[in-house]
Amino acid sequence: MRADLEIIQEWIPAGSRVLDLGCGNGELLAWLTEHKQVSGYGLEIDADNIAQCVSKSVNVIEQNLDKGLNNFASGSFDVVVMTQSLQALHYPDRVLAEMLRVGKTCIITFPNFAHWRCRWYLTSKGRMPVSDFLPYTWFNTPNIHFCTFEDFENLCHDQGAKIKDRLAVDRDHRHGWASRIWPNLLGEIGIYRISGATPLGAHASR
Amino acid sequence: MSIAFPQDSVGLVTPQVLHFAEPLALACGRSLADYQLIFETYGELNATASNAVLICHALSGHHHAAGYHSVDDRKPGWWDSCIGPGKPIDTHKFFVVSLNNLGGCNGSTGPSSLNPATGKPFGADFPVMTVEDWVHSQARLADSLGIRQWAAVVGGSLGGMQAMQWTISYPERVRHCLAIASAPKLSAQNIAFNEVARQAILTDPQFHGGHFQEQGVIPKRGLMLARMVGHITYLSDDAMGEKFGRGLKSEKLNYDFHSVEFQVESYLRYQGEEFSTRFDANTYLLMTKALDYFDPAANHEGDLAKTLAGVSADFCVMSFTTDWRFSPLRSREIVDALTAARKNVCYLEIDAPQGHDAFLIPIPRYLQAFDSYMKRIKV
Repeated sequence: MRADLEIIQEWIPAGSRVLDLGCGNGELLAWLTEHKQVSGYGLEIDADNIAQCVSKSVNVIEQNLDKGLNNFASGSFDVVVMTQSLQALHYPDRVLAEMLRVGKTCIITFPNFAHWRCRWYLTSKGRMPVSDFLPYTWFNTPNIHFCTFEDFENLCHDQGAKIKDRLAVDRDHRHGWASRIWPNLLGEIGIYRISGATPLGAHASR
Repeated sequence: MSIAFPQDSVGLVTPQVLHFAEPLALACGRSLADYQLIFETYGELNATASNAVLICHALSGHHHAAGYHSVDDRKPGWWDSCIGPGKPIDTHKFFVVSLNNLGGCNGSTGPSSLNPATGKPFGADFPVMTVEDWVHSQARLADSLGIRQWAAVVGGSLGGMQAMQWTISYPERVRHCLAIASAPKLSAQNIAFNEVARQAILTDPQFHGGHFQEQGVIPKRGLMLARMVGHITYLSDDAMGEKFGRGLKSEKLNYDFHSVEFQVESYLRYQGEEFSTRFDANTYLLMTKALDYFDPAANHEGDLAKTLAGVSADFCVMSFTTDWRFSPLRSREIVDALTAARKNVCYLEIDAPQGHDAFLIPIPRYLQAFDSYMKRIKV
């Protein structure tokens, strides 16, 4: 399994209901179903990925995240996962709010644009960073909303979300000493576990 | 002889007929004392009868879904692109059953059959059928064939409605439901189109209150108009534009009302004409009513999720982007109800320019997904 998914699965309790936003080829859901008796759905828009999900018997639903999650009831999932998709959304703020509404817990991973390599690239070359990890040029990248750990945490704060866990890792998803000391500079990928500030009961009574 | 057919065809097929003597109670309150169903099968039923797939047909469909009736047939069955060796519904793996529904006009008991009570064709006296009635009759066919549980029930459009109804009426008898280009109920706009089609038939002077057969005539004009209206709704604006544009039959305009001038007029007239000679007007009325009446959630205060609560089948729902008769939104209603009811479902919205007709067309992504889903079904 992909290294970041390996980390995430540890945060997902056995038997929980999971909604995987941008579920890719269904790797995480297939693994969780087999090893942790998890049930749920994956949302995806890429045709090839969807086909692979179907083959794996993953419950895949063709749905554009930018159009919201209003087809899912509030608090209807134990965990809502979104890996490496935040930066590719048109409305990351709205999707985050929707995740917090639908899921009791949300797990989000995204690349940190304040990582020292990005900073160095921008400072020394004066151009948008291009790397093996993020290989696109500015005009053809699907990643239209880069942010930093600081930015993301501010958005969480604005939306009243509580950050329960944060892991800053490098591109190989190693959780080394460097990214622990100064995550916003030395962490390449952020893995966050957050939840809405409002308890579920309060949502239901509104 | 079968050498004449393509490699991936089921080849030469012969329809079978089964008689049912036990009365079938219908939703309308009446019952059919005695009836017959015509059907075809493709592939072999395995020893445990766990590989059976039921094909449910749409408004003007019938039992001949795949293969050829004779070496001279120009065209194979209506869903030959999806049924056959190596095709999505792989006849190496599955035993496929495809029938003509009750009320049809292709060999199953219907309005054009003789009414044993009168010795005359039923005509307008044939009871109005519902999707539920069909499913009950299909269950009896399954019993006769020794099929306790379908590996899958598959259908497009009105056929998809039957597949859905199967999972509700007989949850223990269906493992997978594939509802393609379908809807949980018709919209007002959809019922309106059906009503125009019915009025075209009902007001045709040759209709004779539905007893035209006794008069030795057919309401040709009415059927033709009904089909023309229907056909427009099965195609997308783009598909029509692409196929005909504003193309003319001859080079100049005639400035009159009776000439066939535009290509699209010619096409519609041909489609209507062809249809009016092979389809029964009473069957058309009956099929459109079955569509209009279908609303399984009506028994559960309109709550489709509640309706599907007892369902045990896994679902595959597919829609096509330019289908406006059974739009993707309607399929999403099914999917949303299934997720709310915590059922297993895959949903695909296939990008296709062909409109509602797309479910009959071999579109690569559609066939690939269909194939992947059928492959994962354990038999």
